[in-house]
Amino acid sequence: MRALKWIVTTMVVLFILAPLVVVAVVSINANRYMDFPPQGFSFHWYAQLWNDLGWREAIVTSLIVATLSAALAVAIATPMAYVLRAYDVRLAPVLYSLGILPFMLPPVISALGALVFWNSMGHSGRIENIIISHAIFFSTLPLITVSLAMESMDRSLPEAAQTLGANPRTTFRTITLPLLVPSMITGYAAAFVLSLNEYIIAFMVSRFSVVTLPIKIVNDLRYGFTPTIAAVAVVFILIAATTFSLFALFGNLLKFLGADPAILERER
Amino acid sequence: MQARGGLRLEGLVKRFGDVLAVDGVHLELPPGQLISFLGPSGCGKTTMLRMIAGLERPTEGRVYLDGEDVTDRPPHLRDIGMVFQTLALFPHLSVAGNVAYGMRIRGAPKRDIDARVNELLDLVDLHGLGDRRILQLSGGQRQRVATARALALEPRLFLLDEPLSALDANLREQLQVELRLLQQKLGITTIMVTHDQREAMTMSDLVVVMNQGRVEQVGEPLEVYRRPETPFVASFIGRTNILRGQVSDGVVRIAGRPFEVDRPLEPGPVAISVRPEDAHLQTTSTPETNALPGRVVFVRDLGELFECYVDCGLDEHVVVAGSPRERVNVVQGQPVSVSFPREACVVVEG
Amino acid sequence: MSELRRPTAGTRAVLVFPLAMLGIFFLAPFGIMLATSFYHRIEGGFYEPALELASWRRLLQPVFVERTLFSVGICLLAGAVCIVIAFPFTYFLTRMRRRPHVTLLVLIMSALALSEVIVGFAWSVLLGRAAGISNVLVWLGVMDEPVAYQPGFIAVLLGLCYIAFPYCILTLYPQLSRLDPELTEAAQTMGASPWRTFWTVVVPIGRPIIMAGFLLAFVFTLGSYLIPTFLGRPEHWTLSVFISDQATFNANVPFAAAMALFLTALSLVVVGVVTLVESQTRR
Repeated sequence: MRALKWIVTTMVVLFILAPLVVVAVVSINANRYMDFPPQGFSFHWYAQLWNDLGWREAIVTSLIVATLSAALAVAIATPMAYVLRAYDVRLAPVLYSLGILPFMLPPVISALGALVFWNSMGHSGRIENIIISHAIFFSTLPLITVSLAMESMDRSLPEAAQTLGANPRTTFRTITLPLLVPSMITGYAAAFVLSLNEYIIAFMVSRFSVVTLPIKIVNDLRYGFTPTIAAVAVVFILIAATTFSLFALFGNLLKFLGADPAILERER
Repeated sequence: MQARGGLRLEGLVKRFGDVLAVDGVHLELPPGQLISFLGPSGCGKTTMLRMIAGLERPTEGRVYLDGEDVTDRPPHLRDIGMVFQTLALFPHLSVAGNVAYGMRIRGAPKRDIDARVNELLDLVDLHGLGDRRILQLSGGQRQRVATARALALEPRLFLLDEPLSALDANLREQLQVELRLLQQKLGITTIMVTHDQREAMTMSDLVVVMNQGRVEQVGEPLEVYRRPETPFVASFIGRTNILRGQVSDGVVRIAGRPFEVDRPLEPGPVAISVRPEDAHLQTTSTPETNALPGRVVFVRDLGELFECYVDCGLDEHVVVAGSPRERVNVVQGQPVSVSFPREACVVVEG
Repeated sequence: MSELRRPTAGTRAVLVFPLAMLGIFFLAPFGIMLATSFYHRIEGGFYEPALELASWRRLLQPVFVERTLFSVGICLLAGAVCIVIAFPFTYFLTRMRRRPHVTLLVLIMSALALSEVIVGFAWSVLLGRAAGISNVLVWLGVMDEPVAYQPGFIAVLLGLCYIAFPYCILTLYPQLSRLDPELTEAAQTMGASPWRTFWTVVVPIGRPIIMAGFLLAFVFTLGSYLIPTFLGRPEHWTLSVFISDQATFNANVPFAAAMALFLTALSLVVVGVVTLVESQTRR
């Protein structure tokens, strides 16, 4: 059994790492053809991300879309998660399913729906389309995180506030909302990252008018390979790894992922 | 100062779906006293407290506070202070932030708030801890913060929902005394829910014993102990022996033997409660009345306490208890008799 | 025991914004898509309102049926492979010491943060002929000539597994970390080897989340567009690819709409069937 544990773990680690390593190697290759072994080393392609206008614009566009759509997603999800969990709403399961549905369906369906919708509004190819469609699609994530936070919140806290003289609105403002902020941030971060990486909805909704980072990558790959793409990938990986490592060091990554509190004590 | 916080509960009923949590409670509770709602889990005591607080709406019945009908009034307008079972301290506020909460949302000036917070922290022995975060406090300290917060606005009613249940035994007993002294000092009408009968006996002016949504008995602690009115009250408060028998021709018979009690009874089944410490072991002959022969099943000699379990042919073993001075030398299997003095026999059924 | 309050007019008003957004930007598009599936297709990517069943009839063509079966097949396979590896892996993970435990989690979460296009790209390089595995093997002298493993069925399968894998782990993690170690210890005191314990205690307890992880992986891979496009030939393309292409390159939006609605129904049906079968086979 011990052997199996090592085999499985090693296989998985290699599996996860393999593409990451490949991409890293390719990104520092001096010439623009992928070959192995690499002919020389260069960080030229990383510089390209800044120097090339096309790449810079794509990055900025993606950041704008991600920032705004994630914010809108949280704005849509939070009131819903709060009301459905704090009050006895008759159609609560139906409404909650409605909130979950966008994300659960294959993205191409939402993408096509958005496409025909914006076309019929006569509003195609605009950046707002992506922002709104992403917000709807990813609103499921903050809906889930905030709902979970509502469920695990001590019910007596808002009750205590009421016994101290706070009416429902004040209670929400001073007690419930501050306690929901961490889950709202988590939902925002998840929606942000997913929006940054999302291709199919952005593509179908804006086609050639708005170029986000994934769209640019796919377009460039269609025309031939440039290692700048690999450089983008490495930057993404580094940012993600750094963020989570910091979280693990200073925050509580295990608890965040739902680990049993007892596991945190275990130091076998 | 006129005592505030007189409560009158009329015909309170609470149904949750199919479950009847409170089944028709009428109570008139005097102000200025510490009143315990005592009973096992599920007896409805917490639901009663929550209806008094306004956190649950009665299915039927009315709640009157100082003569006013407050049944339809939401909790934030009822002038109450409540300590919850989980304490419900706001984790994102400091100790001072918690205690000051009620005043802050009313818009009181900062100077007044600070002064009052310090006054309250002194009152509960937490002087100087205003800036601490809740997570840094011990269980006992958190309990005191919850108390200070509830009392900050000098409410008419001080409500406590099993406030000490999360603490370990030693701390509990210490805080029981502290809370009681505090209540007496402030003279505030206090209603406390507990399942621990010793806690209720220690702290209360009045005990309301509840079972399955109904009030079984209301009275001063010692009175409820000495004169239980139902078998449930007799066995829930302290331990007791319940002796069941029949009344016929004006004579009470338990396991065939005659018993004298201090009031006349109707014919039919009867149940008598006798506390173990009131029963006596006798190794010589069995007295004529108010005694049962039996055999020793088990002896428990704990040094400061002496107990003997005797099989007298009833449904349960009879327990005789006493102090070391009253110890009787018996062995397992020895035939003995147990006498139940007439003045210790309380009729609880029949 | 306590009940929730009934909503006031104020709280109902609060719900208006999210419901309006979802209604306008999710339900309405769905409705429009339904209508569009009956529309008449015009050359050049346009369509006009009509009530034709032409698009729906095309769903019955063998080409489409075959595509559907392939998509469902490869996604079920990917889901199965993912969960079969992810379950024991997560189980071992939750029992590791803190340092390797956290390191692996950081690794998994980093992989999650990659976009599908980067994953597709990376695997196409890894399995390609220029700078991939076979090149390394040639360099090491194990192979004579570099070989391209993509585009191909295995390449698509590996790519799909890669993107679904972290999500499987995240689904399994909370429950497996809460698994009481005393359960496995008790089994071992009764003579079960670790292998036996795993199969007779851990797996049965984990059944619900295994099913949930499997379904999640299935639906997730069914929705993948870029992986099949990058790593597979047209015969390996899934329905998501088909639909996107019909809507964009082939400019037949009504047909795409019909397919999309079909795919929605298909996802719900498969999830429903698997859930039903699972609950029937449970005691």
